[in-house]
Amino acid sequence: MQLIKNGEFIEDSFVAVGDEDTLPDGPVIVSLERWQAEREALSARNTPLGVRLKSGQEPSIIADDLDKFSVVALEFPAYRNGRAYSYARLLRERYGYKGELRAVGNVLRDQFQFMIRCGFDALEVSDKITPEIWAECSNFFSHYYQPAADGKPTVLSLRQRLAARAQSGGAA
Amino acid sequence: MYRYDEFDHQLVNERVAQFANQVARRLSGELTEDEFKPLRLMNGVYLQLHAYMLRIAIPYGTLSSRQLRMLAHIGRTYDRGYGHFTTRQNLQFNWPALKDVPDILRDLASVEMHCIQTSGNCIRNVTSDQYAGAAKNEIEDPRIISEIIRQWSTFHPEFSFLPRKFKIAVSGTPDDRAAIRVHDIGIQIVQDAAGKVGYEIYVGGGLGRTPMIAKKIADFVPKEDLLAYLEAIMRVYNMYGRRDNMYKSRIKILVHEIGAEEMKRQVDAEFAEIRKAGTLHLPQEEVDRIQVYFRPPAFETLPDESTELNKAVLGDTGFANWVKSNIAAHRVPGYAIVNISLKPIGGTPGDCTSDQMDAIADIAEKFSFDEIRVTHEQNLTLAHVRKQDLYAVYETLKAHDLATPNINLITDQIACPGLDYCSLANARSIPIAQRISERFSDIARQHDIGEMKINTSGCINACGHHHVGHIGILGVDKKGVEYYQVTIGGAADEKTAVGDIVGPAFTEEEIIDAVEKIVNIYLDKRETGERFIDTYRRIGLAPFKENLYATH
Amino acid sequence: MAQHTRKGAQFQSVTANRLRDGIVVYLTADGRWSESLQDAAVAEGKEAAEALLAQADPSVADNTVVEPYLFEVSPENDRLSAASVREIIRQAGPTVRPDLGKQAELADAQG
Repeated sequence: MQLIKNGEFIEDSFVAVGDEDTLPDGPVIVSLERWQAEREALSARNTPLGVRLKSGQEPSIIADDLDKFSVVALEFPAYRNGRAYSYARLLRERYGYKGELRAVGNVLRDQFQFMIRCGFDALEVSDKITPEIWAECSNFFSHYYQPAADGKPTVLSLRQRLAARAQSGGAA
Repeated sequence: MYRYDEFDHQLVNERVAQFANQVARRLSGELTEDEFKPLRLMNGVYLQLHAYMLRIAIPYGTLSSRQLRMLAHIGRTYDRGYGHFTTRQNLQFNWPALKDVPDILRDLASVEMHCIQTSGNCIRNVTSDQYAGAAKNEIEDPRIISEIIRQWSTFHPEFSFLPRKFKIAVSGTPDDRAAIRVHDIGIQIVQDAAGKVGYEIYVGGGLGRTPMIAKKIADFVPKEDLLAYLEAIMRVYNMYGRRDNMYKSRIKILVHEIGAEEMKRQVDAEFAEIRKAGTLHLPQEEVDRIQVYFRPPAFETLPDESTELNKAVLGDTGFANWVKSNIAAHRVPGYAIVNISLKPIGGTPGDCTSDQMDAIADIAEKFSFDEIRVTHEQNLTLAHVRKQDLYAVYETLKAHDLATPNINLITDQIACPGLDYCSLANARSIPIAQRISERFSDIARQHDIGEMKINTSGCINACGHHHVGHIGILGVDKKGVEYYQVTIGGAADEKTAVGDIVGPAFTEEEIIDAVEKIVNIYLDKRETGERFIDTYRRIGLAPFKENLYATH
Repeated sequence: MAQHTRKGAQFQSVTANRLRDGIVVYLTADGRWSESLQDAAVAEGKEAAEALLAQADPSVADNTVVEPYLFEVSPENDRLSAASVREIIRQAGPTVRPDLGKQAELADAQG
């Protein structure tokens, strides 16, 4: 596994810890269950904290705690299970989460662009993925029809811009 | 009809490049079949019994002559000279080689067509009424909003890995020719008291192994909010639709399990939030931009009666029969809607040769403003033909074996490809449809029987819509032998109903006689003016059941 | 999906689709693939059938064919025929289009 964040292949500074593991020093990512059981202790630690949500654990559960997390990791248990795309958009667009949003689990190259559009800025990918593959697959399509969490202009807004330009050009 | 702008072109071209790259990686061995399968299935490439199958999207069933000619060309060049129109208004080729698919996609892109989202667990091709823009009681051309939905749903980043496939249909008239109540979402265009156009929303319809009729969850969604409302439905489904069992993963099961009321509550709550964010608000300028493409063509001012037509009807019985069944009323005086039957007696429902496609393209160019429609009943429609041209159209169609006079009659049947082509099928469908067609080929008898829809599927997935046929036939496999189960009383229109099973399944030898018996019971019991479905609704299953299984 | 082979089938062969064009092919005794069922190797009994299926592995690995599987055949009078309707149709072509498929292309593919 390797971590790509904002398009860079980087060292993962977070350690994913199991529910029974002793907490190491430094940044960790814990399960939702552990967060709920040990929130006082985890909040008191003076290091960045991450939480990992399984498919079925909706982001509304942590909506009020988001300022506590530097990373929210959303699990794709199988590439076919696209539930976390909705979770990601809710976290970004509805709950205003600004920290790292990480896709973990079954993350395929053909899904990179969808994930980025839904608000993921970090992806845990297989070691087979090279910077060349990333460059190609994260950027297949130049335009998008629908608004999403990336805030990119939609085809509709580009059309409106063109129309406005044509109009002002026509007037001049 | 809609024409691509630079953005649409670029997106389709980028998709062709992407898929060509995936095919190359597969052929070179860089991708295994396990890795490639989900990718090809996102672009309409299936592996069937004899070969690959390629499904091409025909958005809301509208084609230009140029596009139809390209389909003819593809059939001739890369396939075996014919294609198959489906109940989703798409076209399937049965024999393409995988290595040729990128070239086919490039040819399609050159006429603004593609195979995007014709398979996979995503929002599929939006279907609509083949009489769009021509129907008398149409509130608004359903293709306008269908095109807007097509764009919104294309490569939707959130909804490309749904629990299961997702189908949307739109109807612009109160009488439903798009079978909207058996779709995941059915959209009925309506008008409020002030004349404002909006949408009634039905959700959770579907066929397959658990047939369900969609429930209405909104009476009036304003036009500017439709995409926000659809996104709300999709999000509720994506988050709560079942993923543990593929037979329970369609939205109909979610609606059934939580109830229509609760579904409505959840969708409304989500809709309120999305609406507040505002990013999916549909601006009137964009509606106007798309609407321009669907403006009515330059109709002539004509008397509604055509003396040429009246004369031809009197002079040619074959033509008279064709006019009687294949012509529908047009909203503009002097014009008619022409239905081209793809159900010749003894033929394969929905099949069309490349030569026939070329002929139809020529006729459409000359007589119907360059436009062809595909119907979900696997026929084609020319939406705007001058009545005075009907005879010429008929003669040309006849020369290409395309003038079968049987629309809505007993030989106008829906059938899936079945075990003759499909790797999922348990039994053959086409031969059953062919033998029924031959048994009832007599035209006077067909007219006497009147409106009758027989739908046949070769397996429980119900691509042949058997649940909603007036008579439905489902092929099943019993220890390697084909059997056929019969239902009666289904309908796919504004009075959608799922048919009732009559009893034990019939063998291949028995099934045609069984159908004839059902028809004879109807003829015996019907009251004046009653269609088969009316009689069934009045007398119920019992008389059919009794007579059908009575020992001789 | 229809079952490909009956439980306890005595004779079985291996079929697959060719990767490049999807055409139906049969595994021969020397490990090659033929478009004709008549060239297919026949395995008798469960163990021999499993062994025959394993012979398809290299062709999957080198991307010649996809999705190989066993199906029941009956060898009678020096002629192989498939047991199920599904496999009979696969080895001949669509029953509604006798002009297409192996039944039209191969001399020995008639039913």
